[in-house]
Amino acid sequence: MTGTLESTLRARRDGGAKLLVPYVTGGLGDDWAECIEAAAAAGADAIEVGIPFSDPVMDGPTIQEASETALRQGATPTTILDRVRTLDVGVPLVVMTYYNIAAHAGLERFAATLADAGVAAVILPDMPLEESGPWRTAAAASGVETVLLAAPTAPDERLPRIAEAAEGFVYGVGLLGVTGERDQLAASATTIATRLKAITDMPVLVGVGVSNPEQAAEVSQVADGVIVGSAVVRRMLEGQGPEGVGTFVGELRAALDA
Amino acid sequence: MAMTDPGPDGRFGEFGGRFVPETLMPAVQELEKAFRGAWADPEFRAELDHMLTHYAGRPSPLTDCRRISEELGLRLLLKREDLNHTGSHKINNVLGQALLARRMGKTRLLAETGAGQHGVATATAAAYFGMDCVVYMGEVDIERQALNVFRMKLLGAEVRTAMSGSRTLKDAINEAMRDWVATVEESHYCLGSVMGPHPYPWMVREFHRVLGDEARRQCSELLDGGVPDVVTACVGGGSNAAGIFAGFADSTAELVGVEPAGGAAVGRGVPGVVHGSNSYLMQDEYGQVKEAESISAGLDYPGIGPEHAYLAAEGRARYESVTDAEVIEAFQLLSRTEGIIPALEPAHALAWVSRERAALAGKTVLLNLSGRGDKDATQMMEVLS
Repeated sequence: MTGTLESTLRARRDGGAKLLVPYVTGGLGDDWAECIEAAAAAGADAIEVGIPFSDPVMDGPTIQEASETALRQGATPTTILDRVRTLDVGVPLVVMTYYNIAAHAGLERFAATLADAGVAAVILPDMPLEESGPWRTAAAASGVETVLLAAPTAPDERLPRIAEAAEGFVYGVGLLGVTGERDQLAASATTIATRLKAITDMPVLVGVGVSNPEQAAEVSQVADGVIVGSAVVRRMLEGQGPEGVGTFVGELRAALDA
Repeated sequence: MAMTDPGPDGRFGEFGGRFVPETLMPAVQELEKAFRGAWADPEFRAELDHMLTHYAGRPSPLTDCRRISEELGLRLLLKREDLNHTGSHKINNVLGQALLARRMGKTRLLAETGAGQHGVATATAAAYFGMDCVVYMGEVDIERQALNVFRMKLLGAEVRTAMSGSRTLKDAINEAMRDWVATVEESHYCLGSVMGPHPYPWMVREFHRVLGDEARRQCSELLDGGVPDVVTACVGGGSNAAGIFAGFADSTAELVGVEPAGGAAVGRGVPGVVHGSNSYLMQDEYGQVKEAESISAGLDYPGIGPEHAYLAAEGRARYESVTDAEVIEAFQLLSRTEGIIPALEPAHALAWVSRERAALAGKTVLLNLSGRGDKDATQMMEVLS
């Protein structure tokens, strides 16, 4: 059965839109939930909510700082999901966290908690395809979709296996490296989008190193859309709040719609 | 039971695995394949053995201690890894990995380091092979191990400061993994302990098995074909312990790993996933990794290698912990009685032996003296003043 995230993104894409998925670190400051609302109002198609982890190896300095700050401010999976449960933003929410947060809670229990909070899907960036079986089984039992990443380093034979197992969308990793803003879009962003589009009908979104409206538009010439994380979170760290997040997401939306 | 090949999934019972970003998955698969090939290749083994003998100074001696044995009321044997080139057991693993990296066509070695011993060893191997080398080290450790920072730079390595989190070994590993994600095509991550994603826990143990096999032969000669009653070693991630345990796992010897009280992953941990594998891990009620605290930078790690978790779960080895105060006592005891200044890490194992002397009375105890104490002299000068 196709889940909420995938059916929403497919419908939008098939209607001719390019897809926009901003990322917000859960528990960062006291207005992170309002930032999610602002992003939705400004035209996001789905929103990633980060549950911070103490050792985020796939994240660069901006999301590391946001994670550390949120944890210092007392954020826990419980406080974040309790707040998420109260949100009604009209687009699917996708939790991004690390494997141990799910494993420590118990995979089945964590999946059930997410479903109960109204979360549609999950991304676990330290869970490669080979380790994803137990989690995907647990998530499916609660109706939670599991987005899988596809990296530039993957040999050709690996991509169809990832696309086959992925739900919601396939997350194309835009460059060799961790999350963070870059001055230029890496050539690898368009390459991974091209390679994925050639082998799957799943929505293909590119993230990691997609930093501004120009880069979002550039990679979306091939990809179905983009994930933008650090550029959003930096604005939150700078104190720009929901207004700044809404403005920026609106600019991304306009660039993708142009 | 023997310590064997964990298979293609890298599992030691429920422990181990490959929990790495998708970007690194092809690299760890390639590494496993390369290691399997190299380890079965007599030419590779011969080249490594040659380096271990003529460059690292193997075999290391076994010292049958007289005065401390009398004082403790037992027979203490020391496997003298402190006498290796670069001053610890770490050289065994880095020579193996550097040779493997060269065979794989990599030109750059990445490493994390806590006390600096693994960083120095990696920088040494990089110098020997003419490879680039970047070592990540927590800001806190850089302050308390200034001498090793200097040594790494002298050896031509670039030392980068890990400023995030607890700013110790755990965060240095995070930074090294982030670097590897970005440079995986030219870099080999020379991980310094029996942890991380498969094949590291197995590969690093195999590169250290040489010290366990040597000790087994040396003990056999000394003990008329017998084995010690107890084999003990300190455990942070657990590389030196894995090496010495590998030599005795199939024997009657009791295996005892000794952790710092502030980093007792087996004693206080529950299973968890960080840095690529599932193992015992100190964490809070939500799965956030806790910060370890120890006088010894080399053991300042909240986890433990997955094979140790397995040995503990199976009851083949047990894991005890000692306090910083007990370690400081043991550090002085060995210096005073045997003329051997140990590193603070193996002083943990000695602290356990000393504390448990009544229970160990009359027994033969083999202790892996994994490193020498020169690097700790400045810190201990302050502690003891």
